[in-house]
Amino acid sequence: MSVFIQGWQFLFTNQAEFLTLLKEHLLMVVIAEVAAIVVAIPLAILATQNDTAKSVVMSIGNVTQTIPTLAVIALVYPLLGIGFNSAVFGIWLYALLPILTNTVTGIEDVDDKTINAARGMGMTDWEVIRRIQLPLALPVIFAGIRTSSVINVGTAYLAFFIGGGGLGLWVISGIQLFDTPQMIAGAVPGALLAISADLFFASIERYLGQDPDVNTGILA
Amino acid sequence: MNTIHTRTPEGDLMNTIEFEGVTKVYDDGTVAIEDVSYSVESGTTTVLVGPSGCGKTTTMKLVNRLEDPSEGTVYYEGDDVQELDRIELRRDVGYVIQEIGLFDHMTVAENVATVPELKDWGRERINDRLNELLELMDMPPAEYRDQYPRELSGGQRQRVGIARALAGEPDVMLMDEPFGALDPITRENLQDEFLELQQQIDTTILFVTHSIDEALKMGDKIAIYDVGKVVQYDTPQEILENPTNEFVEDFVGADRGLKRLQVTQVETIMTKPAEASDTGALAADGNGNVARVLSPTDSTQVALSRMIQFDVTRLPVVDGGTVVGEVTKDTVYDIAKAGA
Repeated sequence: MSVFIQGWQFLFTNQAEFLTLLKEHLLMVVIAEVAAIVVAIPLAILATQNDTAKSVVMSIGNVTQTIPTLAVIALVYPLLGIGFNSAVFGIWLYALLPILTNTVTGIEDVDDKTINAARGMGMTDWEVIRRIQLPLALPVIFAGIRTSSVINVGTAYLAFFIGGGGLGLWVISGIQLFDTPQMIAGAVPGALLAISADLFFASIERYLGQDPDVNTGILA
Repeated sequence: MNTIHTRTPEGDLMNTIEFEGVTKVYDDGTVAIEDVSYSVESGTTTVLVGPSGCGKTTTMKLVNRLEDPSEGTVYYEGDDVQELDRIELRRDVGYVIQEIGLFDHMTVAENVATVPELKDWGRERINDRLNELLELMDMPPAEYRDQYPRELSGGQRQRVGIARALAGEPDVMLMDEPFGALDPITRENLQDEFLELQQQIDTTILFVTHSIDEALKMGDKIAIYDVGKVVQYDTPQEILENPTNEFVEDFVGADRGLKRLQVTQVETIMTKPAEASDTGALAADGNGNVARVLSPTDSTQVALSRMIQFDVTRLPVVDGGTVVGEVTKDTVYDIAKAGA
């Protein structure tokens, strides 16, 4: 227990540095996550339109996910050099798959009868996607965003290795220097961050997937 | 191609939909329908009936181009559907499918407004149409507009499905086993409601079912399918009276005689009062219990059951307070026998 108190003291005495590191960490996570959402969702929609496109997109996504996190960060280094941007790129790459797979699954899981009805009523392919498939897939898509954002918080710890900054600085130097309080001061906020990201997206998910009349009840 | 696109003197098309030598072979080689030809008169209900996999649903999907024919031509209001814009065509044709296919993430109002919105009607027009249709479906707009499909009963969901198909003011409605997933009582009620509704909307209807009873009840004309071919296309009476082959005979069932009673209206067999042999009995019955008379549109089945109920052999037919004819047990029996 005293370790945690020491960790808290370390954090308190290095407040300014902590805030900088937290800001870097958050920035990496948020930028990578937003970029992943922006890229993965359209890519997934595209993938559902064509079986070949789907297998290509899904296998690229799967391959990316099998590479260990550390290796992704390490691979980015020779390609893009060191620094914040490279780190963001690595995190982004790793965040893509959960959103990709969930969007594809969500769209494909929409009942054929519903889609048949939509087509039969004269919706174009795009209208079927926009008015029917995406809204119905939304809870599943958000589950993917939730998973990937939690992963991002963890991956961002490794950004330190390629000069990306973030809370990884304290954790890794803490380990190397046998400075447990410093390590704790870096690790615990990250854990809390991951948990809050999870809870935040979980609440959005619940809101999207919940019974509509309960929903309006809250709003009214 | 020698097709007759007959027009009435008023210029209305007599046949809204025509199938001409239509064959549909799927990519995997399955022949869904083969050389199907018949015409659907405008304003009538044509029921496509047959066992599963006989091609009735495929035939229907050719009309709104959810499928395209491999051979032959489908005409919609005189035009080859292949020449029409697929999206426009579908917006002009109402479509109700089995299991309804309501959009679960949309309210009743949003569901019903789908086609008017696709057609870009103004907000006000959409709103008026919505209220009109929900009233028509006996679902007060104030109560149901903002409900979600999952909050509705099966029968209500089906009503919303029908309202949604009617919303775009279609000339043609395609209904693919619309009452298939309902319990028998709800189904019967909806069938009756729909028959009434049909009087008001004057829409040409193609109706798919696997139930011959439903076909006899709903159809002005019935197309009986057997593995990809139309084996008989006729009125319910003709089908019961003169089935073209053994398949139709079997499909219609052994109780053909009783079914004939269902589809035959009293007015077609009644004798005029002047010709009635015993006008005294007629008057006596006519002045008695109200239920002891028939209306001209009652089925002969109703006539028979009333005769049994009141233990009489003849019943007067009354229209708007005056006796217009009489039905005897013998004539009713003759109807049943003619089909047997």
